[in-house]
Amino acid sequence: MRNFIVFLLSTIPTLALGDWEVNLPRGVTPTSVLAYDLHMLIFYITVIIGIGVFGVMFYSIIHHRKSKGVVPANFHENTKIEIVWTVIPFLILVGMAIPATQALILMEDTSEAEVTLKVTGYQWMWKYEYLEDNVSFLSRIDSESNKARKLNSGVDVSNVKNYLLEVDNPIVLPVNAKIRLLLTAGDVIHAWWVPELGGKKDAVPGFVNEMWFNINKPGIYRGQCAELCGKDHAFMPIVVKAVSKAEYEKWVMNQQNNNKIANKK
Amino acid sequence: MSSSNNNYYLPHGTKWPFLSSVSLLILFLGLSSFLNGSPSGMTIMFTGLALLLIMVYGWFSTVIQESESGVYNLQVDVSFRWGMVWFIFSEVMFFSAFFGSLYYARELSLPWLGGDGYKTATNLVLWPQFENVWPSNGPLNVGGDFTFMKASGIPALNTLILLTSGLTVTYAHHGLKEQNRKKLINGLILTILLGFTFVAFQAYEYIHAYSELNLKLTTGIYGSTFFMLTGFHGFHVTLGAIMLTVILLRCIKGHFSGDNHFGFEAVAWYWHFVDVVWLGLFVFVYWL
Amino acid sequence: MNTDADHLHEDHKTGIMRWITTTNHKDIGTLYLFLSLTMFFVGGAMALIIRAELFQPGLQLVNPDFFNQMTTMHALIMIFGALMPALVGLANWQIPLMIGAPDMALPRLNNWSFWILPFALGMLGSTLFFEGGAPAAGWTLYPPLVLQGGDALPYAIFSIHLLGLSSILGAINIIATILNMRAPGMTLMKMPMFVWTWLITAFLLIAVMPVLAGAVTMLLTDRFFGTSFFTASGGGDPVMFQHIFWFFGHPEVYILILPAFGVISTIIPTFSRKKLFGYDSMVYATASIALLSFIVWAHHMFTVGMPLAGEIFFMMTTMLIAVPTGVKVFNWIATMWKGSMTFETPMLFSLAFIVLFTIGGFSGLMMAITPVDFQYHDTYFIVAHFHYVLVPGSVFAVIAAVYFWLPKWTGKMYDETLGKTHFWLTTIFVNITFFPQHFVGLAGMPRRIPDYAVQFTDFNAISTIGSFGFGIAQILFLYILYKTLKQDVTADNKVWEGAEGLEWTLPSPPPYHSFEEPPKVE
Ligand code: HEA
Ligand code: HEA
Ligand code: CUA
Ligand SMILES: [Cu+2]
Repeated sequence: MRNFIVFLLSTIPTLALGDWEVNLPRGVTPTSVLAYDLHMLIFYITVIIGIGVFGVMFYSIIHHRKSKGVVPANFHENTKIEIVWTVIPFLILVGMAIPATQALILMEDTSEAEVTLKVTGYQWMWKYEYLEDNVSFLSRIDSESNKARKLNSGVDVSNVKNYLLEVDNPIVLPVNAKIRLLLTAGDVIHAWWVPELGGKKDAVPGFVNEMWFNINKPGIYRGQCAELCGKDHAFMPIVVKAVSKAEYEKWVMNQQNNNKIANKK
Repeated sequence: MSSSNNNYYLPHGTKWPFLSSVSLLILFLGLSSFLNGSPSGMTIMFTGLALLLIMVYGWFSTVIQESESGVYNLQVDVSFRWGMVWFIFSEVMFFSAFFGSLYYARELSLPWLGGDGYKTATNLVLWPQFENVWPSNGPLNVGGDFTFMKASGIPALNTLILLTSGLTVTYAHHGLKEQNRKKLINGLILTILLGFTFVAFQAYEYIHAYSELNLKLTTGIYGSTFFMLTGFHGFHVTLGAIMLTVILLRCIKGHFSGDNHFGFEAVAWYWHFVDVVWLGLFVFVYWL
Repeated sequence: MNTDADHLHEDHKTGIMRWITTTNHKDIGTLYLFLSLTMFFVGGAMALIIRAELFQPGLQLVNPDFFNQMTTMHALIMIFGALMPALVGLANWQIPLMIGAPDMALPRLNNWSFWILPFALGMLGSTLFFEGGAPAAGWTLYPPLVLQGGDALPYAIFSIHLLGLSSILGAINIIATILNMRAPGMTLMKMPMFVWTWLITAFLLIAVMPVLAGAVTMLLTDRFFGTSFFTASGGGDPVMFQHIFWFFGHPEVYILILPAFGVISTIIPTFSRKKLFGYDSMVYATASIALLSFIVWAHHMFTVGMPLAGEIFFMMTTMLIAVPTGVKVFNWIATMWKGSMTFETPMLFSLAFIVLFTIGGFSGLMMAITPVDFQYHDTYFIVAHFHYVLVPGSVFAVIAAVYFWLPKWTGKMYDETLGKTHFWLTTIFVNITFFPQHFVGLAGMPRRIPDYAVQFTDFNAISTIGSFGFGIAQILFLYILYKTLKQDVTADNKVWEGAEGLEWTLPSPPPYHSFEEPPKVE
């Protein structure tokens, strides 16, 4: 109990300082923006329906009370209104399904990619292979986070930079290029997800899934494995560094040189 | 023991269900520890099984006594019927899980592994040498080269046997309705013989598969679905044949009347269900 | 009341043997409800362990593997140990009373369906003490991960077989009772809604529990007998398990909600003093939800890599479910409209149900939109969704039902002030617990993790505080039950002014054999 109170007190400063992120990120790819816009659209539709439905309900709760001396009405059927509230929701749903289907078709089209990156999930790290450029490396959680995450490590994790979202070897990718990921796994199912690049996709052992994105803003984007894959599922982050095409090319050259050394190691 | 005023028979106090649950627990504890490699597991499991059989015997004896003493009215009979119908439906769904896996493997996962359809990259990147031809044990040839089980020969014969047994059980049913004991008992005996013959043939087929075809439970997805489906079905045939034997013994004892013989009918339904599932197996597992 | 005593004498057995050997629908209903309450606390305690670990980032209390065991067992125990038995318990108590039957159709089988449960749950729970621990792959038991588990696996699988067997037998009994034991004159379209929802639920149970059994059987053979159902190298596919599992799993969630709908459809008219609006359309809506539930399963698997046509199909069928569900919500509101409402505890829980379930339904609808589910999937947004439909959904309905029928079952009235206090505490804390989970989920927090990045701290802390408050509120519930049962008989036969139905024509508590003489239904 005392511990609990200490816990409680210790949160007060974080409550004040924390950035209260409450929504999907809009993201930096056409697909993530599409998802965000659809998300907001459906959200607003449900809010409006909710206000309507709960509005009527609370009106009734306030006005149709026994304590106000209301005598109950007798009706218990009305075919017309029942048809209305079957058909209207149906039409609303059709209205949602159309843009959703369009978005989906776009998202599933992985053709004509400029960079193909093969991603393999392992317990608990990612392997990345740039198929065109013959570059490959493993990417694990960085050592500082890794130390801090241990049970009773004694480290105050809020002092660890990008706690749990930092890796030793980040992926580097060019902006404004269609990137195609080929996802698979070596042991159990994992899922590759960087929220700001759009949706996630499962990495299934023995099969290859595809996804694509096209980053329109340089920057560092972080994500995590999103399918339960064992005890360290929380600890296989993903970091993508999006850079200009020129920088990307330089990086690839560097990697190719290093690769020989790395391969020997 | 009492019945309520509107004559729907309500049993009071029963120990069988509780004891059945205990024996099921023992059975599964034993089986689990056996699977985990504990040598005593089998003993525990058979203890549980033996207990379970005793319970089943006790439970059914009670029900049969009640039935013979005439406390069940027509409404009770209908309850039993609904019970059996829905139980068989649940069995249908159990089988459909395994049929579903066969469908999935043949129509989706194997084509994908072989480079057809949606997951082309799977074949290009992971299994470039694999070509999907049914029957298949997968890209790694799991379990080694094998010969698949042909529909002609034993399976076709078994189809004939089961279909015939469906007729003979109906023949026996007519005998029962006409109060023709000879017809009834002969029909049942024939059905049971056919049932056990079916099982014997299947056992032979399994031995043949294991020793000559190198077709085993471990033979990739073909072996898995083949033995799972036929094995689960064979288990049901065995159960059905045992149930028919019990019914036969009861008939010999003079149970059942021309218009009141739910026990007989339930088992006959079960037998027809097993029969129909076999047709599915014959078409989808052996033939296509 | 006298008849009650007579029959107890006739029953001879007393003490524990009465409960072990009982074939009486009320005794068995009580057993189910007590088991359910116990398991709710066990599963809830596990949830509190989960929440305590998630109070702050960093690992403070448990190691990750134990955390995963908690997640897995919490869900399995809540679903199979708490919620399903609670609903079957309600069915056992109420269906014979509501349709004018003396008892369930197959009383011995009824005893068996119950008594499988404690053993199966015991076997499942015991795996926590095994070397290597309980299963830790989530309640969805996905291979290959679940196959990596230790000795617990076969025990867990067989306990699922047994739980399934219990559900199937229970469902068979319920169907046989409803189809065969109705009082003369009670046609199908005159049955109380609760009975209708259970008829349909029982059908769902019989249709899908065997499929789950098949799925876990294949897990067993893959692990112990070298089959390749879920291994690509032998031609199988891990995703195949997911299809079979969700073919069970999605109807399962409607198994958990349809009887709850039935409860709400009983309580709302009672306290609105007005007949249920749109009875026929309620029946059709329930049936449509059940039928649709068979063709939407893959909305749990949008990210596994499905052909486009499949994704579109499952998106659209899933969205369609909003239509019949909407019909139900609208009918409830139309029932209240121009009624003469009072707000006793069961009504309060039912009103909260409507609002909070609908919020959960809305987030469900958002997740049905495939391209956006790529973002939502496996985040706390999902966790928020399903706790909204399960906790202030199904669990609230069960609590409402207990308050509503307890006076009938025992003849004793609960304390209304305490009941209302329980309601307000529960409702406030359930929202404090689960509402913030929407936010962390959208902001990118994956589910099934024991530790998280620091930007998720605030909402997790709030959620944890809420969950402990929720837990304390349930201790009040225990006290209310205790206090009610302690007192003398205080309730009328027709406990509620607006109550309608056969059960209210019987004394409170009702006689041992509910209807010795079948009542006449006009
Ligand atoms: C009681 C249980 C219950 C219920 C009733 C529901 C109801 C619904 N669920 Fe939920 N769901 C779960 C329990 C439940 N769910 C669980 C446990 C999981 C997670 C499992 C796991 O992964 O562990 C899950 C996961 C889940 C997913 C998977 C998400 C993912 O993992 O990525 C999806 C996706 O489509 C989904 C959708 C829906 C929909 C569309 C409904 C619909 O039935 C909701 C319909 C209701 C409404 C829409 C509100 C009322 C309607 C109106 C007021 C009418 C007008 C409205 C409109 C026209 C918008 N659910
Ligand atoms: C019917 C189903 C049901 C119910 C009722 C609940 C109830 C609760 N659930 Fe559960 N939950 C699931 C079904 C359910 N859940 C499922 C299916 C999953 C997914 C699992 C998976 O990913 O595989 C899940 C997962 C899940 C998670 C995510 C875990 C993860 O992803 O790692 C969390 C986290 O907060 C959570 C919390 C809670 C809480 C706080 C409650 C509360 O409502 C519980 C309230 C009850 C109590 C608190 C008990 C009462 C009191 C006591 C025990 C006395 C002691 C109390 C005090 C001293 C305060 N649940
Ligand atoms: Cu890898 Cu989770
Ligand atoms: Cu679902």
